[in-house]
Amino acid sequence: MKKVYVNEKWCLGCHLCEYNCAFANSGLNDMAKLKGRTILPNIRVEENDKICFAVNCRHCDDPICVKSCIAGALSKSPEGVVEINKNKCVGCLTCVLVCPFGCVLPDENGIIGKCELCTKNSFGEPACVKGCPNNAIVFEER
Amino acid sequence: MLREGQIRIPAGCAISSIFSKDGKNICGDRIVKSMGVMHDRSNGLGAGYAGYGIYPQYKDYYAFHIFYDNTKAREECEQYLEKHFDIINLSKIPVKKTPAITDEPLIWRYFVSPLPTKLAESQLEEKEFVVRCSIKINTKIEGAYIFSSGKNMGVFKAVGYPEDVGEFYRLDEYEGYCWTAHGRYPTNTPGWWGGAHPFAMLDMSVVHNGEISSYDANRRYIEMFGYKCTLLTDTEVITYIIDYLTRREKLTMEETAQIIAAPFWSTIAAKPPEERARLEYLRDTFASLLITGPFSILVGFDGGLMALNDRLKLRSMVVGEKDDMVYIASEECAIRVIEPELDKIWSPRGGEAVVVRLNGGNR
Amino acid sequence: MGINYIYPEFEVIRDTARCIACRVCERQCANEVHRFDAELGMMTADDSKCVDCHRCVSLCPTRALHIEKSRHTFRENANWTSDKITEIYRQAGTGGVLLSSMGNPQNIPVYWDKMLINASQVTNPPIDPLREPMETKTTLGAKPKKIERDNAGRIIDNRSPRLTLSTPIMFSAMSYGSISYNAHESLARAARELGIYYNTGEGGLHRDFYEYGPNTIVQVASGRFGVHKEYLETAAAIEIKMGQGAKPGIGGHLPGTKIVGDVSATRMIPEGSDAISPAPHHDIYSIEDLRQLVFSLKEATNYKKPIIVKIAAVHNIAAIASGIARSGADMIAIDGFRGGTGAAPTRIRDNVGIPIELALASVDTRLREEGIRGDVSLLAAGSIRCASDVVKAIALGADACYIGTGALIALGCHVCRTCHTGKCNWGIATQREDLVKRLNPDIGSQRLVNLIKAWDHEIKEIMGGMGINSIEALRGNRLMLRGIGLTEKELEILGIMHAGE
Repeated sequence: MKKVYVNEKWCLGCHLCEYNCAFANSGLNDMAKLKGRTILPNIRVEENDKICFAVNCRHCDDPICVKSCIAGALSKSPEGVVEINKNKCVGCLTCVLVCPFGCVLPDENGIIGKCELCTKNSFGEPACVKGCPNNAIVFEER
Repeated sequence: MLREGQIRIPAGCAISSIFSKDGKNICGDRIVKSMGVMHDRSNGLGAGYAGYGIYPQYKDYYAFHIFYDNTKAREECEQYLEKHFDIINLSKIPVKKTPAITDEPLIWRYFVSPLPTKLAESQLEEKEFVVRCSIKINTKIEGAYIFSSGKNMGVFKAVGYPEDVGEFYRLDEYEGYCWTAHGRYPTNTPGWWGGAHPFAMLDMSVVHNGEISSYDANRRYIEMFGYKCTLLTDTEVITYIIDYLTRREKLTMEETAQIIAAPFWSTIAAKPPEERARLEYLRDTFASLLITGPFSILVGFDGGLMALNDRLKLRSMVVGEKDDMVYIASEECAIRVIEPELDKIWSPRGGEAVVVRLNGGNR
Repeated sequence: MGINYIYPEFEVIRDTARCIACRVCERQCANEVHRFDAELGMMTADDSKCVDCHRCVSLCPTRALHIEKSRHTFRENANWTSDKITEIYRQAGTGGVLLSSMGNPQNIPVYWDKMLINASQVTNPPIDPLREPMETKTTLGAKPKKIERDNAGRIIDNRSPRLTLSTPIMFSAMSYGSISYNAHESLARAARELGIYYNTGEGGLHRDFYEYGPNTIVQVASGRFGVHKEYLETAAAIEIKMGQGAKPGIGGHLPGTKIVGDVSATRMIPEGSDAISPAPHHDIYSIEDLRQLVFSLKEATNYKKPIIVKIAAVHNIAAIASGIARSGADMIAIDGFRGGTGAAPTRIRDNVGIPIELALASVDTRLREEGIRGDVSLLAAGSIRCASDVVKAIALGADACYIGTGALIALGCHVCRTCHTGKCNWGIATQREDLVKRLNPDIGSQRLVNLIKAWDHEIKEIMGGMGINSIEALRGNRLMLRGIGLTEKELEILGIMHAGE
């Protein structure tokens, strides 16, 4: 399965992936409409001193978040994408606690938001990858 | 109106040739007849013929054919010739007045051999000496123009249609083992006698149909070797290139063809290693002598004839054979009209040289 | 701080309605122009630091930014232009020589733009490059003086060492130090993929790039930085740099602050020491000395590598080139005064040297007059900007062209002419690690490959129009060019006729 991978050698820490992600999942038709909003992207750049890289859901083969979900809101699609059914999520945040990568986070409504590889939004392919100016984020089979 | 030499004049044309490998004598009227059917490929602004083996009685002497604008030019030129050559025979070239050919210059013929003292003084090879002298006359003596200078061969050219030019020069009175001919369709008048073709240098004569796109690249390169392109025509530069490669670099006609119509790099790459190395060497070494753009040329030389098309074959040319006779012309009809029953007829591929030589070498 | 005489040249225009304060502009500007003002809750900019490199503009995700030339004006004066006045203010403040980078920006004729190319009509056919083979393969090197044959009559290959290019374009000399590791890697990888050559410049060859040796031209310059046996042997050709178009008669100076880590090791000089390339080679004070260096290098490499001599286009270029052609060099690279540089004194850059078009034409003519054109290949450099410039250069007589600035632009350079500050926001003319990583060679090399392939397509298209199907037949084919709006003298030097003639 093609996944999003990050090469910290080329990550510039520009944070554009975060904004591209937020916009892709916002349903807005112009990124400028993010103005004034606090974004809650599904990919986040970790930085410390000279190192920076983006982190997002690994779409684990055996996802612990899916196992731990008490409401059956998280599931693995036949293609391998770890998906969230927002209608089922009760906001218990167990998945947030168990994710070893810190890649599941609550959205502005207190329920869970996570990377679904832009399969459910109008982009169709990961917006973070498309917008990365330095090929630091790639979407590929490994 | 500027004439050849003052402006570059491209031209479309008709060409034809006859060659007897056994060295049989062919009457000049045959080639005139061949050219006649390609009347529409010329526009009356120039035509000419080259015959080989036509002066057996003077075969050891250079035959100079010279146009003079006036008597003063002739006197001046003859003075120069007397200083540098032993003149064995001189006469007007016999012509037949015809209404189709007008404004003819004075046309003279000289059989000469270089004065041994002058030749030794020049420290040049004999042929080079003759070339330099003829270039000198053509560039320095106003109104004099040597248009033929080989041994046992001669060029006959004029402003007019090929069949009229043939009649004018009474070609039916000459016999030789090889004839080449040219009818000219210059895209820019005026048509000057000296600018008609064949263009000759020593015993090499070239007729050419086409307009080469590499002209200035070729001209500027070949001029480094002492040639002076005074006519600014394709035929002139092609003649110099062939002269340079065969006479100075001592390459064969076949090698020369592989330089001026070099195979594509992809074709070279597909050859066996030794052949590949050879072709690569020739193409690389003489890169600036590659000729591009459409051309079909006939190169007459002592004892032989070469026909060559540009590598894309952008001009027509067919070859016919009957017994020991070889016919090469722009159109098949020009061959059929003089030899309806051919053993073989084919169209050589672009860049494929057809070289014929006298059986048993030169006579 | 006293009086500030200099008003910013550029203004950063931000559409506040579109700015979402993502701060990418702030993070990406090495000149620290942009800043998020927490009190105002919005982005602000310090125009005075802006060099107009467009990094922020290119990365702004909402297209909220653009840069304008300041409308602020001095009282109009055709003689005392704002540039001249500002430069005086700057020098009165610092007492120093003005520095700048890239090529000559002055409004001096660009002859490429005053020459027009021919095409076939009726009397001979244009050739369609999509249907017929169209050859741009080029070989460089001296032509054999005479044909030699063995006893069997076979021709002996007596050619001197040569370079073979898939298309007549090479990347010109830019040193590791003046440009970044990633820029070098991009050039090297692209050259290999394209079947052409890149040039190390005078900063030596990084160990990592020895694998690209077959596509590398190494330079030997007056500072002799990074020159050793293996360096010479690794390369496909060796270039002796006598001069550079951007700064003829001037040496180079890479400040010690840039001589760090690998740059120091590659140049073979201590970290922190200034790398000074003297104006002359101190072993070449005349042409006969050059001949000795040419043959020293040939001797050192067992006569296996062609030697290029690079010179700046100056007034008596034809005579100089003639001397070089007789020095044993295999190629002459002529660098016109619009050629780029990482740093040059402004006055030199803008006033010394002549245009490549005139220099190339007069050198080619001279070498032909002397009958020695076949003894050397001519490389034209100094602002070749597009495929038609290449075509015109070759028609004037060049064997191939070097492109430097063009290649950097493909890598992202915006010709902001501040290379000398070392703060290149595009990761090209800098050694700052965080900036260098902005140029990913995967992307960079691909963009260079794309550029050269695109030019090659265009060259073939133009050649086809002229009815020429091989680059050899274009070389020196000046009949294919006509001048437009040029004087008799200019036409005479270029060796071309005027349009309409």
